[in-house]
Amino acid sequence: MSKLDWQLATVTAIRSETARVKTFTLSLPHWTPHLPGQHYTLRLTAPDGYQAERSYSVASPPEQTGEIELTVEAVEEGEVSGYLFEGVGVGDQLEVRGPIGGYFVWRSATGARPLLLVAGGSGVVPLMAVLRHRQRAGLHNPTVLLFSIRTPEDVIYQQELETLTATDPTFTLLLDYTRQAPTGWTGYHRRIDKALLAEVVGRFEASPVCYVCGPTGLVESAATALQDLGLPAEDIKTERFGPTGG
Amino acid sequence: MPSSFFNQGFQRKRPSTHKLPPGQYETHDFPVLSAGPTPRIALDKWTLTLEGLVEEPKKWSWQEFNALPQQDFNPDIHCVTQWSKFDTKWRGVSLDTLLEQVRLKPDARYVMASSYGGYTTNLPLADVREGKAFIGLIYDGQPLTPEHGGPARLVVPHLYFWKSAKWITSLRFMADDEPGFWERAGYSMYGDPWKAQRYADDDE
Ligand SMILES: Cc1cc2nc3c(=O)[nH]c(=O)nc-3n(C[C@H](O)[C@H](O)[C@H](O)COP(=O)(O)OP(=O)(O)OC[C@H]3O[C@@H](n4cnc5c(N)ncnc54)[C@H](O)[C@@H]3O)c2cc1C
Repeated sequence: MSKLDWQLATVTAIRSETARVKTFTLSLPHWTPHLPGQHYTLRLTAPDGYQAERSYSVASPPEQTGEIELTVEAVEEGEVSGYLFEGVGVGDQLEVRGPIGGYFVWRSATGARPLLLVAGGSGVVPLMAVLRHRQRAGLHNPTVLLFSIRTPEDVIYQQELETLTATDPTFTLLLDYTRQAPTGWTGYHRRIDKALLAEVVGRFEASPVCYVCGPTGLVESAATALQDLGLPAEDIKTERFGPTGG
Repeated sequence: MPSSFFNQGFQRKRPSTHKLPPGQYETHDFPVLSAGPTPRIALDKWTLTLEGLVEEPKKWSWQEFNALPQQDFNPDIHCVTQWSKFDTKWRGVSLDTLLEQVRLKPDARYVMASSYGGYTTNLPLADVREGKAFIGLIYDGQPLTPEHGGPARLVVPHLYFWKSAKWITSLRFMADDEPGFWERAGYSMYGDPWKAQRYADDDE
């Protein structure tokens, strides 16, 4: 069977990450190892034959064999995310194919280079696969996750990211609250801009490889700013989750 | 895959008044998809070149290119990431107009489009002739913005939109097909949305 044939996965667990984000664990009859950053296509079929397909990044590391985890944000009026949130339970089946994508991927063989991961909202999902794989592979290349979210309630994978911060001195988590920050917050509290990225890039001793993922508007402005800061275009990988951010 | 499989309780949320290719949904905004940061291209440095299997290569500056006859075209566009956008409004130069200015060698059968930033994508020559392909310069009455491929992009609406190379700078004519950027990464060599040719495995 080719990795791009459709297969029927079974939902074996559903975990709430935030009020608007859930992680679905899918057990796959034909599991193929993925590279962190790759995604699966999920296809829903209505009883009348109508089909909808959407892409979802793999959140789990390739070390987690036989299954994948997809982390999905409920988009307002969303056709597919809405169904996943309201209509899908443990034991249900979902059609998927993948892993897909050869560009926005992190190959740990080149793991010696420092990593700057920039995420907006659910854009953290493929970057989490990078972090989880990096940890499982025992790599210690300097890594910063700059994670932009609206409010403290929107931090996906919060517990795990804090544990990683506490246990891995080569990993730095920089949260950036764009709307409402926790009381007493002294960190970033504005949209990601060039000055902010200059500070973050300034933390690295050697020029990092950057992975930028999230809504289109954030990816556009962050990738442009990184380029303006002098990072070579080939070191700035982007994944735009849509829609047009203004 | 059992064709009888369906998702209990799932139904279409927003009916489209248009005929959609398989797996597509209609969008009214204009999503941005590109592999890296958006290149910013100075118009005084911009060039478009026709090369490869032509008797004599041809190169236009921005000013020369804009002096070529332009036309309006209003295609439906289909992105491999599942969105389709209907009745988009463009103005630009037909590839037929460009091809009138060179003599192709008889063995030219394929085209490789190359972009500022290093992106490439391959197309059969027949798919860029006879009104099927344009260099888009104006979108919705405004100069094409950088994130959508401005100042100039290829527009080949009958194929998935990754074939419509943004920030185009050259067309190279070839005797044999070669994969471009996404095609090397496993995407279809042709990309017909109506046949859902997304990946190499989808090609017949
Ligand atoms: C390569 C890739 C990987 C992706 N990975 C993930 C992932 O890991 N997790 C995840 O949650 N999503 C991911 N997405 C986005 C996902 O594919 C869908 O676009 C999203 O779930 C919305 O689909 P829907 O059917 O629920 O909404 P739709 O019915 O398509 O849209 C409903 C409304 O929401 C708007 N909308 C569409 N997409 C988004 C969005 N992403 N954010 C905000 N508004 C939107 C639309 O413009 C529309 O107005 C990824 C997208 C790509 C291209």
